[in-house]
Amino acid sequence: MTLLKVTGLNKRFGGVVAAKDVAFALEAGDMLAIIGPNGAGKSTTFNMVGGQLRPDSGQVLLAGQPISGLAPREVWRRGIGRTFQIAQTFVSMSVAENVQMALISWHDQIMSVGARAETRYRPEALDLLDLVGMRADADRPVRELAYGDVKRVELAIALASAPKLLLMDEPTAGMAPKERAQLMDITATIARQRKIGVLFTEHDMDAVFAHADRILVLVRGEIIADGKPDEVRSNARVKQVYLGDMGVAAAMRARRGRV
Amino acid sequence: MDLSFIIIQSLSGLASASSLFIIASGLTIVFGVTRIVNFAHGSLYMLGAYLAVTIVPLLLDVDRSLPMFLLGVLISALIVGVFGALMEIILLRRIYHVPELFQLLATFGVVLIVQDLVIKIWGAVEIPGPRAPSLRHGVFIMDQRFPAYELFLIAAGIVVLAVLWLLMQKTRFGVLIRAATQDREMVAALGVNQAWLFTGTLFLGAFLAGLGGALQIPRVAINTQMDISIITEVFVVTVIGGMGSVPGAFIAALIIGQLQAFGILIFPKITLVLVFLLMAVVLVVKPWGLFGKSDAAAGRAILPEGILSLKRFGTVDNIVAGLAIAVLLALPVFGDNYMVKVGIEVLVLALAAFSLHFLIGVGGIVSFGHAAYFGLGAYAAGLLVTKGGLSMEPSILLAPIIAGAFAALFGYFVVRLSGIYLAMLTLAFAQIVYAVCFQWVEFTGGDNGVVGVWPSSWASSRQVYFCVVLAFTLSAIIALRHAIYAPFGYALRAARDSATRADAIGIDVRRIRWFAFTLSGAAAGLAGGLYSFSKGSIDPTMISIPMSVDFLVMVLLGGIQTVIGPLVGAAAFHSIKDFFMPLTDFWRMFLGASIILMVLVFPRGISGAAASLTDRFKPAPKPAVAPS
Amino acid sequence: MTEALLSIRNLSAAYGMAEVLFGVSLDARRGEVVALMGRNGAGKTTTLKAIIGMVEASAEALSFAGEDIRRLPSYRIARLGLGYVPEERRIFTDLTVQENLEVGRRPARDGRKAWTLEKLYAIFPNLAEMEGRRASAMSGGEQQMLTIARTLMGNPDMVLLDEPSEGLAPVIVEQMAEAVIAMKATGIAVLLCEQNLHFAAAVSDRAYVIEKGAIRFSGTMAELEANDEVREAYLTV
Repeated sequence: MTLLKVTGLNKRFGGVVAAKDVAFALEAGDMLAIIGPNGAGKSTTFNMVGGQLRPDSGQVLLAGQPISGLAPREVWRRGIGRTFQIAQTFVSMSVAENVQMALISWHDQIMSVGARAETRYRPEALDLLDLVGMRADADRPVRELAYGDVKRVELAIALASAPKLLLMDEPTAGMAPKERAQLMDITATIARQRKIGVLFTEHDMDAVFAHADRILVLVRGEIIADGKPDEVRSNARVKQVYLGDMGVAAAMRARRGRV
Repeated sequence: MDLSFIIIQSLSGLASASSLFIIASGLTIVFGVTRIVNFAHGSLYMLGAYLAVTIVPLLLDVDRSLPMFLLGVLISALIVGVFGALMEIILLRRIYHVPELFQLLATFGVVLIVQDLVIKIWGAVEIPGPRAPSLRHGVFIMDQRFPAYELFLIAAGIVVLAVLWLLMQKTRFGVLIRAATQDREMVAALGVNQAWLFTGTLFLGAFLAGLGGALQIPRVAINTQMDISIITEVFVVTVIGGMGSVPGAFIAALIIGQLQAFGILIFPKITLVLVFLLMAVVLVVKPWGLFGKSDAAAGRAILPEGILSLKRFGTVDNIVAGLAIAVLLALPVFGDNYMVKVGIEVLVLALAAFSLHFLIGVGGIVSFGHAAYFGLGAYAAGLLVTKGGLSMEPSILLAPIIAGAFAALFGYFVVRLSGIYLAMLTLAFAQIVYAVCFQWVEFTGGDNGVVGVWPSSWASSRQVYFCVVLAFTLSAIIALRHAIYAPFGYALRAARDSATRADAIGIDVRRIRWFAFTLSGAAAGLAGGLYSFSKGSIDPTMISIPMSVDFLVMVLLGGIQTVIGPLVGAAAFHSIKDFFMPLTDFWRMFLGASIILMVLVFPRGISGAAASLTDRFKPAPKPAVAPS
Repeated sequence: MTEALLSIRNLSAAYGMAEVLFGVSLDARRGEVVALMGRNGAGKTTTLKAIIGMVEASAEALSFAGEDIRRLPSYRIARLGLGYVPEERRIFTDLTVQENLEVGRRPARDGRKAWTLEKLYAIFPNLAEMEGRRASAMSGGEQQMLTIARTLMGNPDMVLLDEPSEGLAPVIVEQMAEAVIAMKATGIAVLLCEQNLHFAAAVSDRAYVIEKGAIRFSGTMAELEANDEVREAYLTV
């Protein structure tokens, strides 16, 4: 069964169309990138899948179950983990505690006033940290880490609920170039091994073309291309959008001649 | 109720709305530009009134005329304006970048200093002001007599509104104020020197407060409690109208003026409650007030002000804790009566401060009205014993339950808000409780409170009662501390660190904050209940703003970043207060100056200062800043 | 005049822990339009914010008109004659068009002729028609014009212009280009952040290409247009 199936999503903010009939599908184990210029509707689409925004119309199906309109908490319960453009971690906790927190929540022990939190699910947390290569830093405060490492911890947090789908909003933003490739490699490996679908937005084209199985190009709320990286790369319309509108350029050149 | 009566009532509502607007517009303009809620705005109002009762009679001696009266009012307001500008240059300029809690506290420090200054200069007795010449008569409106001065006040409000409108619309200064209210950073990028803009804004805001105060002299006798009573009303007006919005303040003042004028006919005792209820409802429907905008505090440090790491007790800590408990246990045996009394008070305050710190330090919920729950516990216990016929034991157990129930009720609204609006709402709820206890004389004894709140006979000796207090407070503190280390406390801290992340891993942020608020209120209630039996009485000071501030100072003094901090803070604060207060007539000034100094120099408190000494040799992590 | 008006050496910047710039160096001379090209998230906006003092940054050198501006607050930098037009426009929406311009007004330096409302309205005729209108009631293109006009009211020697063509209809983009050309004609230098190559090519003398917080290419605009490799690698997908 298709892991994620999105059909006819629409969203308007005031008079601005942020998403228009957005539709796509994602299979387990695949990585799907959404790219496009600023204001293209990437975040809107993303937030409608993650539950932060309610679509005006359309449907989001996760493994056949409708999830559109659910709160982010409920979306998470059904199997969607997510990372944020600016890494969101619990800055007053250690690396391991950050992951343990997610595990505690996953096992419904949030309201417990019993045994200390730091003793719960530690082995499981360490395993997850192992997966992202952060086990050695388990007991360091997360706020002391380099940003690239924080992003890895965030990935481990997102994996704690054994998600079927990962939503990653600009996973490499703010990272040094060499850290970027590492994070994307780790993500791709985990996704393939665990059959997790990954939906991500990204500005770093190296990351996109090295790792995405498919690419979706959004412009002004509409999908203008959807295909394999090579197909998207050779798509004339996509190239035009990224370099600016040719029509305008011609007019401009004519005017400049007169100035 | 005939039409003429309704009109008269409505006119007197307009007169008080007019005064409220003049004062509130100053507060809201200052907040809009500087993003500081100036607690001392009420003090500026009081200063305006005191200056006017001094200056106006002098001028009236020269010439008993209305222009002279107005000249005196204007001069008083101008002096207050200069005072406000100085306050900006000396204090506010240094605290624009500190967390809101510290800003509120620092400006409250100014409140304390001004109170003592006023008492020193003008004395503590009420001063009746001169009447305004030519406006001493009554005017007949539909056969009802209405004071001319009240009509003049309505006109004054309209004039101030018109002049403010002209200033805001037609002058460069006004345009800059409005622009800065919307986007300070962009105004700076266009080459505007903010320092002068801010000083000018404070001058304007203080002038309006002073004007509002000076205009009151023919209406009310000037007294030293004017500052606190006006500031809560003005807070309500600006919060309902939307912080930073002058039209909002105007509309809110009108609504509240009418609500008070007519509310007093229907519910004479609880007009204040009506006003606060209106505020609560508005905030739930429109969390930023009628005309307010969500605070785009982009670029602010997101490292929370609170507990940043939980260390388990090491050997040294265990020894120190053990010694502390041993000393406490030995106190009733070896200590004299005075020491035991101080011991009881320290324990009770430690629990109250600890429960507040649970909210602020762990939950990031900055409550400015924690005394409400302390006081509710005290009143619950005191009234159950004196009027309910219960004995001490069930009363002490019911105190936290009743306080917790109120905390659950108020908290339901509180946790929907954040930042300065949250602090204002907690303050407002505390003032409701205060007002009820103050005004419901038959039940609560009003200002005098209730005496005869004595422990059961077996616990009547100080030494035995000390042991009761020790048992309760110690177990409550240990239980709360345990909750901090348990998943519940972690989840609460997680919601504080990043609500976005907490939400994305299934934590119901609002629910957990609500539970924490209730739990904390119950713990404060227990402290209050224990306190009432140690004093043998209850009175409204236990619920007052200064009490809430005392708790905050304890938390900050001890250090907001450590678990044990508030206990140290409570002990230190109470000892200092107990030692110095009898020695000086200027306790408030001393306290106010200390608060300001603490905010400026040791924002991390005693424990924090010790921790930063040890941290000095470690590289400090850079505070994380969210990109705009 | 060969001496640089704006000179940047090894500029690095971060939002808290997230690093965005890694040693950016660039120069702009008086009266020159320089394009800073790159895709979303490449570091263009951060470079501008670091120059104007809105983001914490470190640099070996950062000077404007011969003054070291590394430690200066934004308003002092602006007063030296460096204007900033943000990408999000940051119009004061509660104010009218004319009031927005008033906030930006500063006297001209060195006895030059100051920008007046009349002159601005000549370049942006739409603004003249809506002088008294609240900025919140303007379209995106009109707001973009207003934000440029507002900065010009400060009589800058140089303007940092962040993606003026973004999200605008082609006909408005054309007007933007004309505005940039008009600014250049009055001797104002422009550092133009752009993704739209054709827009940048129409107005710029030189170009830098930024990617992942570092400069990858610098040359004349003609050189960039001729360099397929750089364009493919850093500007398109």
